[in-house]
Amino acid sequence: MNVSVNQKSLQGAARGVVRGGETLKEHRDRLMAATKASGHYAGLTKLELREAEPILYNKLFSRLRAGVVDARETAKKIAASPIVEQEGELCFTLYNAAGDSILTSTGIIIHVGTMGAAIKYMIENNWEANPGVNDKDIFCNNDALIGNVHPCDIHTIVPIFWEGELIGWVGGVTHVIDTGSVGPGSMSTGQVQRFGDGYSVTCRKIGANDELFRDWLHESQRMVRTTRYWMLDERTRVAGCHMIRKLVEEVISEEGIEAYWKFAYEAVEHGRLGLQARIKAMTIPGTYRQVGFVDVPYAHEDVRVPSDFAKLDTIMHAPCEMTIRKDGTWRLDFEGASRWGWHTYNAHQVSFTSGIWVMMTQTLIPSEMINDGAAYGTEFRLPKGTWMNPDDRRVAFSYSWHFLVSAWTALWRGLSRSYFGRGYLEEVNAGNANTSNWLQGGGFNQYDEIHAVNSFECAANGTGATAVQDGLSHAAAIWNPEGDMGDMEIWELAEPLVYLGRQIKASSGGSGKYRGGCGFESLRMVWNAKDWTMFFMGNGHISSDWGLMGGYPAASGYRFAAHKTDLKELIASGADIPLGGDVDPENPTWDAMLPKAQIKRDKQAITTEEMFADYDLYLNTMRGGPGFGDPLDREPASVADDINGGYVLERLAGDVYGVVVKKGADGLYVADLPATEAARAQMRKDRIAKSVPTTEWMKGEREKILAKDASTQVRQMFSASFKLGPKFEQHFRSFWTLPESWTLPEEEIGVPTYGSRYSMDLSELPDVHTVQLVEE
Amino acid sequence: MAYTRAKIEDLVEGKIDPDTLHQMLSTPKDPDRFATYVEILQERVPWDDKIILPLGPKLYIVQQKVSKKWTVRCECGHDFCGWQDNWKLHARIHVRDTPQKMEEIYPRLMAPTPTWQVIREYFCGECGTLHDVEAPTPWYPVIRDFEPDIDAFYSEWLGLPVPERVDG
Repeated sequence: MNVSVNQKSLQGAARGVVRGGETLKEHRDRLMAATKASGHYAGLTKLELREAEPILYNKLFSRLRAGVVDARETAKKIAASPIVEQEGELCFTLYNAAGDSILTSTGIIIHVGTMGAAIKYMIENNWEANPGVNDKDIFCNNDALIGNVHPCDIHTIVPIFWEGELIGWVGGVTHVIDTGSVGPGSMSTGQVQRFGDGYSVTCRKIGANDELFRDWLHESQRMVRTTRYWMLDERTRVAGCHMIRKLVEEVISEEGIEAYWKFAYEAVEHGRLGLQARIKAMTIPGTYRQVGFVDVPYAHEDVRVPSDFAKLDTIMHAPCEMTIRKDGTWRLDFEGASRWGWHTYNAHQVSFTSGIWVMMTQTLIPSEMINDGAAYGTEFRLPKGTWMNPDDRRVAFSYSWHFLVSAWTALWRGLSRSYFGRGYLEEVNAGNANTSNWLQGGGFNQYDEIHAVNSFECAANGTGATAVQDGLSHAAAIWNPEGDMGDMEIWELAEPLVYLGRQIKASSGGSGKYRGGCGFESLRMVWNAKDWTMFFMGNGHISSDWGLMGGYPAASGYRFAAHKTDLKELIASGADIPLGGDVDPENPTWDAMLPKAQIKRDKQAITTEEMFADYDLYLNTMRGGPGFGDPLDREPASVADDINGGYVLERLAGDVYGVVVKKGADGLYVADLPATEAARAQMRKDRIAKSVPTTEWMKGEREKILAKDASTQVRQMFSASFKLGPKFEQHFRSFWTLPESWTLPEEEIGVPTYGSRYSMDLSELPDVHTVQLVEE
Repeated sequence: MAYTRAKIEDLVEGKIDPDTLHQMLSTPKDPDRFATYVEILQERVPWDDKIILPLGPKLYIVQQKVSKKWTVRCECGHDFCGWQDNWKLHARIHVRDTPQKMEEIYPRLMAPTPTWQVIREYFCGECGTLHDVEAPTPWYPVIRDFEPDIDAFYSEWLGLPVPERVDG
């Protein structure tokens, strides 16, 4: 067994910190070489402990897993931040000595890989020699350039020692509400480089002998706006890590270090084998293609950024070719993805790949065995220079989720085609919602303190429709399977914003035989705030979540804000005021109630800090999920129920579903079945009449391409993707049979191209060894 | 785990009871599902050519009874093309590329903006069934969603003989 303690070859060498005497670097190198040579993690062609003592193996797993979940549940009660305490935006993971995760808690499990990436960075850059890795040390990391998702996810990492030797690590992460970025809120939009993303900490030793250093406490608390949340979040993470360290010590004292040591490596190989088995049990071998997009509408006047070169509309693009081989291995190739950009929506390769496991735990591997085995069982290709694998150390990450969620939603479609083909209809999911809007901002709150907010109501978006039922409404977010919308009363305590309404967002779910789940909307009135700002963050021009097999995409977002509302006087006079939801934006009812107000009602769903005064209004709309199947095959009674329940606008019952409804004496709608049947028959004829053969349409579209007839953002997207994805360009040219003379250089589009030619990667800095975990 | 044929029929019809649905989601998969599923679908289609692989609620790869050619077929019986072709290229298309066309199916302000994203609907030319909706940017090539390795799927994963196929 390759992970056995390597004492023989180390005789006479300087003793490293790892059990048996290897240095951390020697240990990891040996494991990786064995993995590469054998195709099995750490060269484990045989799982000795699991095979010889399966009950002990499972006992170890169950006890440790229960322990990390328990640590999460207990530690989160220390936190004051509603993001952590209400939404559960935290996670704890146990790692082996090489920094590979053995098992993880519930919560934001994207970090199963990101904290491991930080440990691997410390290993590769010889933290062992300087600053040293000792028992009872505490490290902190939030550096997105080495694998973190975004700076607001703060890692606390603690090494675990047994009898003076390092046997593993434990990591805890919370999503803090502010990192001192240019704008308030954890996922701010105004900055265009990481220097504006706020406080950045690279695997820093922040404590020894289980005590945090005083210089760290003094420095860190003043680097962020929300000091109280910051400090209590840190205690949450430290407490959880120490609970887990103690558990590991107890387990070893009872079961022996040999058993634990074997388990710590076999569990990873077990995870790898488990993924392979599930792929074979649930999917179909073959090639699947899908694509995701999201909008970055920065040309608008309400996006105030410091740099001219960032002031343009762009589209983020993530095509994916997924190959499932007959041996149960698979490869995900993102050739053609767009370049990183001057915005905060870039992602590190680790957060992109690690985040996919959050999604997979909700479909392909819905087990407790979530560890780095799945990563070792997956080949990723993320071309260097793309938004999910940037080649420049200036890129910002603060809201990397803007496109992560939209890029992954395409994978649901690929996997769902295989589930559908095999008859595992229960697993089909049209996709996830673009988890927004993010209500963020700050200033002085109702307690007269400097404050920042990031409402996590969008932890409860609509989910995608399945092949057997509608998606869940206002229910979930892809990035935290345990998230919910939180209690209004708690949000009102955390934010100087009173609720004037909270209700289902009608027709936000994608249409289909089975409808995507709807999002919801909250109308907030600013109350008792001073020098207050807010901004919007979500998709607007693009719906990033396509439907599946005839289902339609979810609706996209928009913004509604009202300033100088005169609401104080309107309330005093007893007049009607906006309450509830903005039910049908085509026929708004609130605007007329606020005759003097300055209203912003448009598709600009991303903005930067905007001043808000007491009695101003902000509508927080949450997105829905995509639909499944032809809407004309939906049960007519379900459409009537949707109208009665506020899930679908009455107008769309006819236009989308072909359902004719009648209003009964009780005020409820019922479907008129004979009229519906006739309407649907006519709609099918109309579909044929208004459509053209695809090949005919292609001729016209080709002419548009030859004439370069498309918006600036569309041309820029293709141009940038061609440059980084020659295969993508080749396919594009061949599909449209374009002549060689047709080219699309970015320079001719007439928009800024900073970043397209010159870049400098983190790995080019002196004495920095980055960890590459994907094919580039 | 195994389920009765009646339960799989309920699943296909979208009438599966919540307890069984939860069991299906939370326990290991039943390896015989494919055979039962295809048998149920076969009885429901108005033709008797063999279903090789379901591609969507009303879309299949079938083996033509006499010629043994494999084609992509709509439930109404319309054959789009050979199984290795992209059926969308042989369908009819309607593109929503104006705000008016978008607002037919979305509330105002909740539809994509056509200069950023269009909606492409792919219909059967005979029955008007909507088989797929794409929502890419303008200019985007028609996507070939799925190229199944049916030989490996049948013979190596399911242990079933690969149905006879005449190519060309």
